[in-house]
Amino acid sequence: MTRLKQIDPWCYTVKRGEGETRAEVRLYGSAPLLASMDEMVLTQITNVARLPGLVGPAMTMPDAHWGYGFPIGGVAAFDPEEGGIISAGGVGFDISCGIRCLRSNLDLKDAVDFFPQLADALFRDIPAGVGEEGNLKLSTHELDQIMLEGAQWAVKHGYGTQADLDFIEEHGRMAGAVPGNVSELAKKRQRGEMGTLGSGNHYLEVQVVERIYDAEAARAFGLHEGQIVVSIHCGSRGLGHQIGTDYLVSLAKAASRLGIQLPDRELACAPIQSPEGQEYLGAMNAAINVALANRQILTHLTRASFASVIPGARLTTLYDVSHNTCKLERHRWQGRERMLYVHRKGATRALGPGHPALPPEYRAVGQPVIIGGSMGTGSYVLAGTTESEQKAWSSASHGAGRAMSRKQALKHWHGRELIDELRDRGILIRTKSLRGAAEEAPGAYKDVDLVAEATEKAGLARRVAFLRPKVCIKG
Amino acid sequence: MTADYRYFDHEADIGIEAEGKTLEEAFVNAALAMFAVMAEPSTIIPERRVSVAFDESDVELALITWLNQLLAQARVHGLVFCAYDLRREGNHWQGEAWGMPWRPGVVRGTEVKGATLTQLKVEPGDKGWRVRCVVDV
Repeated sequence: MTRLKQIDPWCYTVKRGEGETRAEVRLYGSAPLLASMDEMVLTQITNVARLPGLVGPAMTMPDAHWGYGFPIGGVAAFDPEEGGIISAGGVGFDISCGIRCLRSNLDLKDAVDFFPQLADALFRDIPAGVGEEGNLKLSTHELDQIMLEGAQWAVKHGYGTQADLDFIEEHGRMAGAVPGNVSELAKKRQRGEMGTLGSGNHYLEVQVVERIYDAEAARAFGLHEGQIVVSIHCGSRGLGHQIGTDYLVSLAKAASRLGIQLPDRELACAPIQSPEGQEYLGAMNAAINVALANRQILTHLTRASFASVIPGARLTTLYDVSHNTCKLERHRWQGRERMLYVHRKGATRALGPGHPALPPEYRAVGQPVIIGGSMGTGSYVLAGTTESEQKAWSSASHGAGRAMSRKQALKHWHGRELIDELRDRGILIRTKSLRGAAEEAPGAYKDVDLVAEATEKAGLARRVAFLRPKVCIKG
Repeated sequence: MTADYRYFDHEADIGIEAEGKTLEEAFVNAALAMFAVMAEPSTIIPERRVSVAFDESDVELALITWLNQLLAQARVHGLVFCAYDLRREGNHWQGEAWGMPWRPGVVRGTEVKGATLTQLKVEPGDKGWRVRCVVDV
């Protein structure tokens, strides 16, 4: 970390070595967060800064950690007119992984006695964990339609309401999806996986709004202290994983064939305008729609669980935002508007106030940004800022970010003991994997408070509310 | 065949490293390492067999193709694997995996989404061949 140079208290850069030619790098975060960052984050983001067609700096968000290809928390924009590339490693295997946040009409005092029953009902109704399948079995035609229509398909088929769509990125449907670019194997993998949570860091949490930071934005988002909310963290499941797999290898070969000098093979990529780049883009957009539909179906299942335990409970969508995507966006750079492909790998889009893509209800305060924390600490709702457009192509953090490897976490914690300890602290965990629980121990993550504070102080998004977990269904 | 594998640290995901007297044996041990992340191998009965085949001249890409094909086949058939065999003729790789459907008795771990190019290495080692890569979980 001796290569770091401070730009301001919440932004750093990496000094170039002698003869080193690459674009600028910007790392957002506080000194303690950056000090605890693995050296590999610097290696990975400086490698991104060497990719063709990069516009502006390659950036990391305050929760950045070592990933594959791009670091997790990495943001980079590429201009297709200048040979800009698209990279499967800049999106991730779990394409369009993201968070759906639902607000309820319940306060903690109304719901607290129901938590044990609610935890059991959610654990029963939400397929979670490795090897679990959903009840929805799709035909080939239905899956093709989902790849084209996303959450809109789900609502059309009775999973949720039109009002949900108003509060999902892209109105629940990503344009530019090409199901024909998705392999048969990817489609087969998805057949039993719609409406499943997955595993690893995925979760469904029942949370309470414990603190409001920004009263005006909280009002716009329909949040108040003591309110029960639900957050669902998952992505495009097997279909997205297989697209990532298929294109990681094909883009690696394309890069070699097209003579793209990659600093590391893991940055497998192709020019956006090449046939390979366009093919990946069409497949990735199809996976985004699958993720949006998946979270919509899980929202529907969650509502049914709540209704079975707490009559009169109502859950409405606060927002649904992805954090593993590459999207074509209009941005102003060096005095002119440009259409750029913005990779966000473990980073949340964070549109500022006034942006036309925002629902009217949020236009005055900015886009809801959700930083999902660990199961024992908490999560934050933030709002996008105008400043973030200039600083980070309207991007912000996406989670607490891991501070310790899964291997180390298994040495430090045991699943059963951890679950008991959290129960004693008023957090009910339901999981089929004790190993998974230990890997996801709160102590294995960075301090989410520091991440949220740094996100705000760096100007990427401002804190609106802190959410404390009460029930957590772990995959 | 002795399972010769271990894990190395990676901040977000899991690094797997395996060795073998032959390249094929090292690949098989890497598969054992990867599926042991997903489920405790001793709780899996090798009652069903699935075949995989692919062509790949680059041995490093062959490693992740082997691992990713196994993940895909496991998911498509709703199985979890515990035993493997792999043969190579030139650039053609032909393998088998044995396992069973996910049942309540299987001790579950964490789902592996895919094997990545990160820290990917296939090289001669003390025992013959050493292979490694990071798997995304």
